[in-house]
Amino acid sequence: MSEANSVLRHARYVISENPITGFAFAMFLLIAFVALFGPYIVPHDPLASDTAATLQPPSLKHWFGTDQLGRDIFSRVMVATRLDFVIAISSVILVFAMGGLAGIASGFFGGWTDRIVGRISDTIMAFPLFVLAMGIVAALGNTVTNIVLATAVINFPLYVRVARAEANVRREAGFVQAARLSGNGEFRVLLMHILPNIMPIMMVQVSLTMGYAILNAAGLSFIGLGVRPPTPEWGIMVAEGAGNIISGEWWIALFPGLALMLAVFCFNLLGDGLRDLVDPQRRT
Amino acid sequence: MAKRTRTKTGVGVARDVPVSMPLLEVRDLTVEFATRRGTVRAIEHVNVTVGKGETLGIVGESGSGKSVTSFAVMRILDRAGRIAKGSVVFSGVDLTTASDSDMRDLRGREMSMIFQNPRAALNPIRKIGRQIEDVLLQHAQVGNRDVGEHAIQMLEQVRIARPRERYHAYPFELSGGMCQRVVIALALACRPQLLIADEPTTGLDVTTQKAVMDLVVELTRERGMSSILITHDLGLAAAYCNRVVVMEKGRVVETAQAETIFSKPAHAYTRKLMRATPRPGVSLRDLLPEGDRPRVPAPKSSDTHRAGGTLLTVEKLVKEYPRKREVGLFTRMFGPKPPIEEEVFRAVDGISFSINRGESVGLVGESGCGKSTTSMMLMRLIDKSSGLIRFDGDDIGEIPARDFAKIALRKRIQMVFQDPTDSLNPRYTAARAIADPILRLGEAADRDDVRARCKELARRVGLPTELLDRFPHQLSGGQKARVGIARAIALKPDLVVLDEPTAALDVSVQAVVLNLLQDLKDSLGMSYLFVSHDLNVVRLLCDRVIVMRAGQIVEEGETKQVLSEPQTDYTRELLNAIPHPPV
Repeated sequence: MSEANSVLRHARYVISENPITGFAFAMFLLIAFVALFGPYIVPHDPLASDTAATLQPPSLKHWFGTDQLGRDIFSRVMVATRLDFVIAISSVILVFAMGGLAGIASGFFGGWTDRIVGRISDTIMAFPLFVLAMGIVAALGNTVTNIVLATAVINFPLYVRVARAEANVRREAGFVQAARLSGNGEFRVLLMHILPNIMPIMMVQVSLTMGYAILNAAGLSFIGLGVRPPTPEWGIMVAEGAGNIISGEWWIALFPGLALMLAVFCFNLLGDGLRDLVDPQRRT
Repeated sequence: MAKRTRTKTGVGVARDVPVSMPLLEVRDLTVEFATRRGTVRAIEHVNVTVGKGETLGIVGESGSGKSVTSFAVMRILDRAGRIAKGSVVFSGVDLTTASDSDMRDLRGREMSMIFQNPRAALNPIRKIGRQIEDVLLQHAQVGNRDVGEHAIQMLEQVRIARPRERYHAYPFELSGGMCQRVVIALALACRPQLLIADEPTTGLDVTTQKAVMDLVVELTRERGMSSILITHDLGLAAAYCNRVVVMEKGRVVETAQAETIFSKPAHAYTRKLMRATPRPGVSLRDLLPEGDRPRVPAPKSSDTHRAGGTLLTVEKLVKEYPRKREVGLFTRMFGPKPPIEEEVFRAVDGISFSINRGESVGLVGESGCGKSTTSMMLMRLIDKSSGLIRFDGDDIGEIPARDFAKIALRKRIQMVFQDPTDSLNPRYTAARAIADPILRLGEAADRDDVRARCKELARRVGLPTELLDRFPHQLSGGQKARVGIARAIALKPDLVVLDEPTAALDVSVQAVVLNLLQDLKDSLGMSYLFVSHDLNVVRLLCDRVIVMRAGQIVEEGETKQVLSEPQTDYTRELLNAIPHPPV
């Protein structure tokens, strides 16, 4: 009870000290709202083409203009939020579970566990990460599941490293020894005593990699891997509009690009804010 | 004080101040810290003077503002801190109004400081000789050519053996005591007039403490320097200071000559502090403030402790660690075979002893003597290399440490850890921490039952039950220690290992915790193995003492006998190194 109160008070303090964190949080709520309800509130059907109104600049009817097939870009940007969000969140959850657990185990147990996990993440980091993601999607097939998988795999080393370092410093901590004395087995110590202490710092990592995951999913779609047209998705939409910029129809690529940028920006700011929130140095 | 040529003109500090004028005069100093909950006054109206050639001790418990005072003098308060009122006059210059560049010039050249953790004060990736040169060059004390020779001279003066060789050593290659000597060399390199030593020997062994303090006193006396010794240890202050200032909660409560403050302490707080300091010739109960004696005078345990027979037997216990050596594949295949004895390091080298039921045994030794390794093996947290650990008839040494957590014997051997903060999970409330062993090993019926037992344990250790739902960071050091003790006794163990349970606590809290431990032992009939480096504390609580050195037992016997008539030189040396307030 008092802990919840003190967290709230601390959150208020962090936000008042750095209003940008508050702004990022508000933006996050907005994006989440659009992702949840976007398809029900958009003015036009994102898939309906209208040959009479192709390539129209932004207007009151079509706020972000229309594309080559006369589809409303505003509606498509809104609807795309959900797909990009789902890809980013599920890949982050996946990598959080895999990388987080592997990292904690390797930091806590050391020895062979550490060596195996360490070499796996070294191998992943030996590739240019985006090229690796391309390779995975190309090899496994062009599906949303595979984009999620590829995004998770390339983020794996980041999670392993954070979790490993955090678990390693707590491995011989007094409270861990005390937990052993209280009759906790090694796995129980890991899950019930070490994991809760690492959670906050992992949440920061989650927020920071969310932006990266969105960028990665959009990037894969941009080069034609992953989500297929006509599904609305920011990366594809930018790709579709890229050819038209030179002929003056800037709005087709600009607005989905802007949405992408804002989303990534929001998650990075949120990550910084969260870091302040959980940093014990700032809790005085 | 010889006149020396100075290549750099500094601030107008008179080098030869008249004797009547104090070197440092702190008048009505108030320091405020801006925190989230408004400004907090760390120290208020502090008046301190240090005369030329005088050694002043500032004594107080944690939070008394003794360090803040010295930081304010050096003007190295962190960003949130501010000198709100008062003046600090050093050799006729008011430091509170001096410019930052003047202060930089003064620090190190006219006044310097030794910190608590010598390792943290040294740059870990720079050779110690170079670090001394840096200070000398910074203040332009010597030319570029002779600077190396000067650095070596400094190392020689702080009694570092083979200074020419050690010049090239990195901090991690030196022991804690050696590092503190290097820090002293750094502080004294520019021949300052004032040296501030902030808990310079906390964390060092008693014999090292004595060596370091003797060195500081000798060097400062030789150079006619003034010094301020900040410490929580009244004995240390008494042994090395001319005058002592006692601080409590940011205020100076008493200032007096070292001898008088101990013979006739005027202020109630000083008396309380004096009382709580363990010293020869007092019993455990004497440490508590008057009128705060335990309700029932505890029976002297010496007549009860042999009743129950042997609880724990240790025979020829050995713990070996492999020495980490980088051996390349080539040397491994074709090189000469490395000598066998180099392969392992024996942290515990064949020790044998036993503990009776209801007895408390002290395990004493300096850092690295193997006492912690021994206790960890008895606790079954690490595996032994060879030997026998027999607990109440069972050979527990044969059970691997990683399986021991789950067997029934686990609840009969428990431990209280050295650092109360480190030993509590920051994410668990006090109640959850105490409940952990009950949930895992006890046979509690339901949540209410667990809760009830937590409350009972809290009452037992004197922890107010309303604090049970707090998290460790919301508790004080003494309260955290109580939580740790409650957790250890939750399952009514037969043997409790106390690993320096009061090392991180203030003396007054230590007095209370030691008394609590004695009460618990009397009422629950447990046996204690009290691991400590402090013979004065061991004397209070233990029936028998085992003195360890370099993995081996050097002396063992009844506490009274070992402390009054030590049989070995090593024990004698340990006893002599403890600073005592004059009786």
